[in-house]
Amino acid sequence: MDILKFLTAGSVDDGKSTLIGRMLYDTESILQDQLEAIQNSSRKNDDGSIDLAILTDGLKAEREQGITIDVAYKYFQTEKRKFIIADTPGHIQYTRNMVTGASNADLAIILIDARKGVIEQTIRHSYLVSLLALEHVVVCVNKMDMVDYSEEVFEKIHADYHSLAVKLNLHEVTFIPVSALKGDNIVNNSLNMPWYKGKSLLDHLETVPVREMDALLPARFPVQWVIRPQTEELHDYRGYAGRVASGAFKVGDTIKVLPSGMKSKIAKIETFDGEHAIAEEGKSITMHLEDEIDISRGDMISEAERQPIVSNLIEADICWMDTRELDISATYFIQHNSKLTRCKIQEILYKVNINTLEKVNADAFGLNDIGRVEIKTADELAFDPYETNKRNGGAIIIDSRTNVTVGALMLRAAL
Amino acid sequence: MDYLDQLEAEAIAILREVAGQFEKPALLFSGGKDSITLVKLAEKAFRPGKFPFPLVHIDTGHNFPETIEFRDKLVAQLGEKLIVGYVQDSIDQGKVIEQTGKNASRNALQTVTLLDTILEGKFDACIGGARRDEEKARAKERIFSVRDEFGQWDPKRQRPELWNIYNGKIHKGENVRVFPISNWTELDVWNYIKRENIELPSVYFAHERDVIMRNGQWMAASEYLNMDEEDIITRKKVRFRTVGDMTCTAAVESDKDQIDDIILEISQSKISERGARMDDKVSEAAMEDRKKGGYF
Repeated sequence: MDILKFLTAGSVDDGKSTLIGRMLYDTESILQDQLEAIQNSSRKNDDGSIDLAILTDGLKAEREQGITIDVAYKYFQTEKRKFIIADTPGHIQYTRNMVTGASNADLAIILIDARKGVIEQTIRHSYLVSLLALEHVVVCVNKMDMVDYSEEVFEKIHADYHSLAVKLNLHEVTFIPVSALKGDNIVNNSLNMPWYKGKSLLDHLETVPVREMDALLPARFPVQWVIRPQTEELHDYRGYAGRVASGAFKVGDTIKVLPSGMKSKIAKIETFDGEHAIAEEGKSITMHLEDEIDISRGDMISEAERQPIVSNLIEADICWMDTRELDISATYFIQHNSKLTRCKIQEILYKVNINTLEKVNADAFGLNDIGRVEIKTADELAFDPYETNKRNGGAIIIDSRTNVTVGALMLRAAL
Repeated sequence: MDYLDQLEAEAIAILREVAGQFEKPALLFSGGKDSITLVKLAEKAFRPGKFPFPLVHIDTGHNFPETIEFRDKLVAQLGEKLIVGYVQDSIDQGKVIEQTGKNASRNALQTVTLLDTILEGKFDACIGGARRDEEKARAKERIFSVRDEFGQWDPKRQRPELWNIYNGKIHKGENVRVFPISNWTELDVWNYIKRENIELPSVYFAHERDVIMRNGQWMAASEYLNMDEEDIITRKKVRFRTVGDMTCTAAVESDKDQIDDIILEISQSKISERGARMDDKVSEAAMEDRKKGGYF
């Protein structure tokens, strides 16, 4: 059994929380005491039935206002898969929260209100999904019960969205007509829409393949920690501890340490449970090299053949996440995997109007703004273009005065 | 990758980030199954080296004796350092006042002891075994969760947490609570304990015990629980699903003394794990309020 991490994008009115609540409810993931707590709550649907949306509202302010402010993580499992839901708010003022949720998701569910069709926020959500390079998109056309379960309405939205998907380079898009409120096509196939021959939402989530290509990506290993026991019997032990970001390493492989460029061979791959011949993407391991080279936290061990870009002048897309505007003259920290160094954001090339996808000139760059920038880093980074390998293409900007994470970077190219 | 391997690899990577980013981290050890799991993960992250942090236990003085016995045995086996902060000391120093009445518990008092222990040890990161599936306020907490000088969590000012990149930069006096098993569920922890053959305190398995009924739940009869003539002591076969203080952790009636049976029982249970925690039942936002005050 594996894990599927997915994101739900939509606003309160699209029935996003109801959709998640419905999935949890219909897969019997809600336990009796939790259900009692909901039943005791004052919020009810118009017809007096329990409001499933309450299940995902965690914070006091959210319950009071009936909205999602922050990213909430929900967990459930079926016999086929474990699911981690990142429930993110849909309103434009919470763009940074959606970007955060999307950074760790394999799949995005985009909710469209059947009565409204493709609207501004649909474009915005889809753009973010494409920016963060999610593997799969599921478009749930919701509230089908309010348009008489009309195939025509569904097909119209299908066609409209298709042209948007082409424009945004979204390859894997699946369309499902649903009613979260009534439960149509969520867990079970709906009897109200016999014209729909596809899978129910849950069926699709249970079976869609994820991260299949990751093992074929170039091998990258950011060093997090050097294990040196320095005891009598382990006097010369020197193990590089970290998690394989992408690809696979085998004992005997020639590797290159970056940014120094020193070459060596893998002598041993081990974990607490023993030695291994191979370590694939996602595994936390300790690596030993044949030669004694100076390697410390922040260095990257790469396969010798397909090497990452090594540069200190980088072009990147950025999502600004702080109320304080981006400052061209300020020195920030940049964190890329285990590497932390100082940087300057030298130039703003353009800003994207995320509702219309137009590129516009930008003098100022504030909260939730997205665009392209040029960055100069103090130390060189060993990165891959985000669109080819997101496990080694993402970075964050930290304000050196407040220590807060103020920006998310999708690294694109060396300048 | 199998889900347990995936969760394990993520937790190990988080622990190594703590080692790499902080000067004086600590692992908060309660003696419960989640923190015991953390210790196993720390072994996987740092052996054959030593842990780059001590274990820190906040001892309320109302623990199950089995937990303390287990703690001391585990620490001896590991050969790692243990620091204990005593709630009794905070009471003696007049920093907190013992609750009175039938439902008195030291659970809330331990926050003060915890903050004092962090201050005294100059700890800049405290690793804890909290999980997001436990409670709705926890569902929104970051893996690296920054606390201000007063130990407070501000849910509205949390840092965005992207990809596998954790921002542990803080000002002097602040500290970060780190939750490596955030993405695990109760069942994941049990399945991992089974797979890794991890030893647990005996209270997790069915045993005979004197209990009394309080607010519809079985509580262990002990000298720490304020009892009166209404409380009738009964002998039952029980086990504990979550282990905190004797005064705030309820038992479930069970005859399951094998891990396979316990896993089956949990997966069929209709009650959530924290349903057995009296401390969460105070109000709809009980956990959120305590976290804002500096709780784990």
